[in-house]
Formats: sequence, structure tokens, C-alpha cells
Amino acid sequence: MKFGVAVYPGSNCDYDTYRVIRDVLKEDVQLIDYRRTDIDHYDCIILPGGFSFGDYLRPGTLASHTPLTGAIKDFAKKGKLVIGICNGFQILTEAHLLPGALMPNIHGKFVCRHQYLRVENADTPFTNQCEEGQILKIPIAHHDGNYFVDEDTLRKMEDNGQIILRYCDEFGNITEEANPNGSIRNIAGVSNEKKNVFGLMPHPERASESILGTEDGLYILRSILEYHS
Amino acid sequence: MDEKILSAHGLTLEEYKRIVQLIGREPNEVELGIFGALWSEHCSYKSSKPFLKVFPTEAPWVLQGPGENAGVVEIDDKYAVAFKIESHNHPSYIEPFHGAATGVGGIIRDILSMGARPVCAFDSLRFGDPRNDGKRNSIKDAKPIVHGVVEGIGFYGNCIGVPTVGGEVVFDEVYAGNPLVNAFCLGILKKDRIFRARATKVGQKMVMVGSATGRDGIHGATMASAEFSEESESKRPNVQIGDPFFGKRLVECTLEVMEKGLIVGCQDFGAAGFAGSTSEFGAKSKMGVRVYLENVPLREEGMTPYEILLSESQERMLYAVDEENVEEVLKIAKSYGLEAAVIGETTDTNRMEVFYKGEKVADLPISAIVDDAPVYNRPRKEPEYLQKTRSFEQSTLPEVNIKEAIRKVISSPTIASKEWVYRQYDHEVGINTVVKPGSDAAVIRIKWAVKPEINSEKAVAVSSDGNGRWVYLDPYEGGKRVVVEAVRNVYITGAKPLAITDCLNWGNPENPEIMWQFEQATKGMADACRQLNTPVISGNVSLYNETVLPDKRINIYPTPTVVAVGVLDRPEDAIPSFYQEEGDFVVIIGETDKQPIVNGSEYLKEVHGTVSGSIPPVNIEMEKKMMAFIHENRKMIKSAHDVSDGGLITAILEPAFAEEKTFGLDLQIETYHRPDFELFDEMRSIVVISVSKSDLPFLEAKAKEKALGFKAIGQVTKEPELHLKIGNYEIADSMEELKSLWKNSLKNIL
Repeated sequence: MKFGVAVYPGSNCDYDTYRVIRDVLKEDVQLIDYRRTDIDHYDCIILPGGFSFGDYLRPGTLASHTPLTGAIKDFAKKGKLVIGICNGFQILTEAHLLPGALMPNIHGKFVCRHQYLRVENADTPFTNQCEEGQILKIPIAHHDGNYFVDEDTLRKMEDNGQIILRYCDEFGNITEEANPNGSIRNIAGVSNEKKNVFGLMPHPERASESILGTEDGLYILRSILEYHS
Repeated sequence: MDEKILSAHGLTLEEYKRIVQLIGREPNEVELGIFGALWSEHCSYKSSKPFLKVFPTEAPWVLQGPGENAGVVEIDDKYAVAFKIESHNHPSYIEPFHGAATGVGGIIRDILSMGARPVCAFDSLRFGDPRNDGKRNSIKDAKPIVHGVVEGIGFYGNCIGVPTVGGEVVFDEVYAGNPLVNAFCLGILKKDRIFRARATKVGQKMVMVGSATGRDGIHGATMASAEFSEESESKRPNVQIGDPFFGKRLVECTLEVMEKGLIVGCQDFGAAGFAGSTSEFGAKSKMGVRVYLENVPLREEGMTPYEILLSESQERMLYAVDEENVEEVLKIAKSYGLEAAVIGETTDTNRMEVFYKGEKVADLPISAIVDDAPVYNRPRKEPEYLQKTRSFEQSTLPEVNIKEAIRKVISSPTIASKEWVYRQYDHEVGINTVVKPGSDAAVIRIKWAVKPEINSEKAVAVSSDGNGRWVYLDPYEGGKRVVVEAVRNVYITGAKPLAITDCLNWGNPENPEIMWQFEQATKGMADACRQLNTPVISGNVSLYNETVLPDKRINIYPTPTVVAVGVLDRPEDAIPSFYQEEGDFVVIIGETDKQPIVNGSEYLKEVHGTVSGSIPPVNIEMEKKMMAFIHENRKMIKSAHDVSDGGLITAILEPAFAEEKTFGLDLQIETYHRPDFELFDEMRSIVVISVSKSDLPFLEAKAKEKALGFKAIGQVTKEPELHLKIGNYEIADSMEELKSLWKNSLKNIL
């Protein structure tokens, strides 16, 4: 399978993601400069975490207007797989490839921690190796992860199984205390209607080796491989 | 020469005369500016230099000692690490957010200029006690400074993608008007690709890359070399503004031109800006430099040569480039959206010649600027306060309720968990952080995939320490103890300590008592380094950490921040700080039979409200025994945490407070001493380990063989309750409540 990892100026999880796909998944992977548009030969594009363009404007806004993101829109239209992690998720909402928006954390501070997540839909290209209701432990690290979407859209997304991950406690309860950033209904990850575009605030690439404390990110990365095979 | 003009440049009349003598004429305004910046305490180390010579700086594994942008030690046959710590104290009081942010940016570029990929940062912070906010006169509240500094560090580190993996936060009133912000960075590199701040040939081009130059931070170095007064507010324009997005692109650009072999030397623009970087470059290359200021990309119109030379605008680097590679370097820099320009070249004149639009605005021998700065042998005198503090007798202390005292000490802001701080730092970016913040030392893998590819099986353990109170009470012994403490935190992970870097934060060197502290502490530190075979490979001195109030002067405690770095053969083998399993035995090793002393302890300060007592000599032979014992038996030692701030009881309790689990403890400590002395002493070399029951006899026999104190004092239990028998006292408490005090106290105060 051929992965491409987008590199925007200011991306800083690009090399981590690249390394995990190359060294842990042992799959073909390349870094793609934000000025390029020739991406049809990839099977999956990953928009990595970081601070694209410094996040000096609203996070993800500037990156959503680059040539590469334009090409990713066409790529997604063709039904190919796109996954945005953290800043990548912010870029995908800014590019309107995913509904909703990511606002500053409700407490106004950056938060870095290991976080429990509940899998809400295991029938997607990104979660088919999970079971519905499974609890994953994956790190988060963000300042703007407070997901918001209007009630109508939210209802449609819920009916259509687009809410993929929610923040929960270690037993899978969706509680206010388990919500690290104020996200509506504890939402941590969502997909588009067709389920080929997925955005999530947690970092699966930081949870792919046991020595780092958790391998649960591999459930997501291996789902992509499974879907493609 | 008008003394006012001289004083604006931080120069004395004597120093001015020396300049005239060195260059054989009166300097012009631009030249005076160059001297003012380069001869500042911050750049020239004129008060501290003679004392820094006592530090050992060499070992077979040291590839680069002090004198470059950072020191370098080898990790295995292919790879090395570069590291250094630096202060950003003065800017952080005036403008906490940007002061701290630029401190992080500056140290990252120091590491970068050695050719290393920066992979982790530490921050050692000292603030006033936030519980005293609202009660001070003429000094700002501590809380907003804490918030600003922590946010500033997060802003820069998180954005540039260098994980902040550890540090310290200490609260004491002496730092209220002069907080300490010491930033450390470590980078990884190939042993055979170390870059240095030098050109290799005459005629090589000097290329400036990064941010455009503005008027920010002019005279930052001079400011950092003066004490604080109420006028400091007016120095806000001297503080630089950090831009981590530029910083990140500068990191990638620099590593790319290095990887492609396009540059021969590299230097960042730090204190004294353009004047500092170009002249130091010339001095280290043993060449002259000719620079053209009109080529410098500017952010503001109408900047004078003086301003361009002395601006401390951030995110700028200087490369030495062979002429044939210049075009390619400029192209790469521009592809990262960076400003880039050829601003000069090396010459064979040994002079710094500065041109602006065809006019020569400065022409100075480089040696005069860099090497001939005055060195002061400042008067030194043993401080008077020591007579009083030394006469302290702990037997005069009233007895206290031990249970209450434990609660008080573990909830003091200095001892309590720093989770509120490190949650705001991305400590995992880079996917190398094996042991995360909250432990004695951080453990970092040495791996990277892109620019450059690095793949070592080893890991480094890093820890910082700097108990100013100990050094205040006995500079020599305290200095020694600070080194020992940092090194101990590294070896209790099972790592082999390699070297240290230090940041010496001191008061006003013109005060003989302060200078005496400096001389004594550096001697103590040097002796400890020598005995532990951990040379000093880089560092920085910050003087004039003094607050001038209308009625008095407050000097900080003499505070050396030491960061120790050690190597682990396999990151998997790192010994955790936390207990692992119920039923395991809690064992103390080391000076287990020594008489306890609470002098200078957190207990004395928090519970009895006094900072006093003499500091007994540290037993370095015992440290070496413990180091060997832990290293040899690392597979059997399930957790290790050393006794330091907060004493034995803190060292026993903290390992039970892991993130996701709270253990109980059933302990019996036999002692003839007062229980408070036994529990809160910080002066004995003791490490608290936990081991499984089956390994206990073997380890005990091993320790006996080596004449190492070894006492099993109880067991880890499942129910989160504390049962402690000590001498004739018995204490029962809820571990959940103790954990909550420890975990939430700082958050609640802030």
C-alpha cells in the first residue's frame, strides 16, 4: 500500500508519521510537499499533526488553501482514503472535507496526555480492526481540539455513523471529566458521509510501539491496510 | 567621553580607556556599541571566567567541550548527542511569555548549529511563592509570571516540535523579583558530522538565513548584565519576540543544507546579535570578517548600522559557505520561505570590518572585541549570614504532628506534582519519549527518520537539578550536592552518567559575598564532577540576578542549575520511578545508618519557617557504590526514586502516586532518632527501590558484599492506605487523600 504524508510548513508530526509507517507498518511511504498536486498514485494521504503555517491564523486555515490540499479534495472525491491527525483534522474541517470546526480548548490551555477513546463505529476503513465500544488509549496534544458542529448536522452525522471516536474514561464512560477539551458530545474523531475521510485529534502514530506506553494507534493504522487489501 | 553614554552601553570609564588603548584611537558610536555588547558580562564572562577554569571538561567520550554553541558526547560508535543549558531570566520577568519563549528558541538554535537534530527540551524554573501574591511591595505577583512563562515555553516548544520532557519548578520568595528561566536542549547527530562556528578558508561567504532583522532586543545582552530595578519596565523593548514557525523552518533548512554538505560552519544569532555572531565566527576561525550591512534583510525601514549590528531579532543563523554553493543555499532557504542573503566574507586581516552602503562604519581587531575583554578578579568575602545559619541546631526544633507535617510538605508548591505545568507541554512529539515527565529523569530514544536518519539502539537519560537553598547555606558543599543530585537522578534509571551542562544563576558579582559564593560553589561542583567523572561540556553564567528596591537589595539564592545526561544500553531497561506491583518490598539503600539532618530542608522551611543549618559533606564514594549496584542489578530493581527535596517520606510516597494507580504502603522504619528528622532529612545519600520478594535475599547479600546500606522497610500494598511505624510512632493515612494533595496543590494555588 502506498501512503503519502503531507508536509506543510510548520507540520511537526510529519516525520513521526512517516517513520511509523515505514518502520512499524513496513509499508511504502513518501513525504509530499505542500506545493505539489500529483498525488493520484497514493492509496492513502495522511495530514499530520503540528502547527501548519504556525497556526497563527485559525489552525489549519492557511494549509487548507494550499495546492496540495486542493489536490487532496479531488483525491477524496474519488473515494480514496484521507486521514487527518490533530492539525490534519483541523485542516480537513477548514477545507470542508469534514463537517464542524475545532475551537480552542474550553480551559484555554494546551493539553498533552494519554487519553481513553471509545470506538463508536467499527465499520469504517479506519476502525475495521476494532470492535464497537472498544476502548483505545492514544495520546492527545493540542490547543484547539474542542470539536463543534450544529445540532442538525450532528444528528445527521450520528444517524449516518460518522462519529467514529469519543473521549471516555478507562471504563468507556462518556463523561464530562473524561472530556479533555470541551468537544461537543465528547467527540474525538469524525468521518465524512462516505467514510473515506477521517479526522481525529488523538495521535495514532504516538501509540504504535509498546515502548511508548501504548500500541492502540495500530488498530487504526492496520484498519487502513485491511481495508485496502 | 560622557559617562552617561558609556553607562548606556554598560561600560565603565576604565573599560573605555582599555578600548582606546587596544585600538589606538577613540571608538566611533557603532564601535562603542559593539564593545558594549561583546564586553557585557553576558557575552564576555568577565567576572566568572577565572572560576570556570576549575571545571573538568574532558573524558574519552567528550567530542566537544565548552567554547562552542553546545557540548557533544558520543553515545555509541556512530552517534552523539549535543546539549546545553542557558538562562533567560531577565527577559522573563519583564515579559514572561516572550522572555521564556525566546529562551527556548535560542537554546534550540544553539543545538542546531552543532549539526544536531534537536529532540528534547527541559526547563528549569524558579519563581516567587504564589502564596505570597498580593503581599509584596514593588514586586510583581508570581502567578501571572508562572502562567506567562509556562505558556511561553509551550507556545515555542509545542509549535517548533521539540518535546519538553522535563525540568523543575521551584518556588521561593528570593526569586519573586527575579525569576529564573533556564532552558536546556539536547540534539542527536552523527559523530562524524559535527558542525562548529567557524569558516575553514579565507574568502568563504557568510550567509545569513532566517527572519528579517528588526529593532527588537537591541541591547539585550547589556540588559541581561544589570540588576533589576523599577526602571526595568522601560526595558520591555529590549525583550525579543519569538516566532516558532520561523524557528521550525530554520531548523529544517539548516539541517537540509548540512545534510547536503553545502555549508562548512554554522552559528546562531544570539546575544549581541550580528556583532556577536560575526565577530565570534571570525575569532573561532582565526580570520577576519568583512560584512556589508546593506545586504541584511530588514523588517523595519530606516534602521541605522548601529541598530542592525546590535538587534537581537530571533530566528536567524549564520552559515559559512564556499562560493560555489552559495546559490544552492540561498535557493533552499527561500524554498522554506526564509530570508537569506550573503552578508560578508572571511578575510585574512583578523579584523572586523563593517561596511554600510560603501562607507566603513567600524574597523576593529577581532581579538580586541572577543579575546581582550577585561577579566575581573573581583573581591570575595565569606558572607556574614553564614555565621548565623551555621549555628542552627536542629535539636531546638519543637516537636510537631508528623501526619500533618507530611501533608504539609507534600503539598508545598515545590514538592507537589508539576502536572499542571507539563500537561501544557507537548512531551511526546518526535516519538522518542520513553520515560515521560513526572519521573526523576526523562528517557529519550536516539532515533530520527529524516534529516538526518539516526538509528541507535541506545537511549539517553536526562535530569536537571539546582537546589539554591543548599548552595546558599554552604556554597561548596551545596554546589557539590547539586551535581550529585542531577547525576544520581540519571544513574537511578540504570543509565551510565556521561557529562553535565550547567547554568550558574547568581546575584550581583560586585558584592564580595556573592562572588565568594560563586568561587566556592564552582569549586564544589568541579570536585563532584571530577569524582563522578562527569565533565562539564557546556553552560552559561547569569549574574546580576538581584532586585533593587527603594529600601533594600534582594539577591537570589546562588542557584546552579545542573543537567546531567547519561546513556542507557536499551531504553526498555530504564528503571521506572513508580512502584510496579503489590507485595513488592520497599528497600532503602545507601547511607541508611547515618544520623538524619533536616538542615536546609523543605520541611524546615515549610513547617518551621526557616532556612538554616550547615550542609554536611556529601559521600561521593557511597554514590559510586549505589551507581554500580543499581547498574549491575537493574533487571531486578523494579523502581527507584532518590531522597532529595522533601526527604525520605516524599521519596517513599511519590512512587505510589502513578498516573493510573495508587498503591498503599505498609512500612516499619526502625530508628532511635526523632521521626521528623528521619522522615524529612535531605542530606543522606539514599535511594528508595522496590524489588520482588524472591530477589530480596540476593540483592541484600550483594549490597552487604559492597558495604552498601540496605534495609527493607516494608511492602507495597493493594489498598491505598498508608501504615507507617517509625520508632515509637504510628501513622495511618489515606493514600488517595495524600495523592490528591500532592497532585492538586500546585494546580489549586495557581
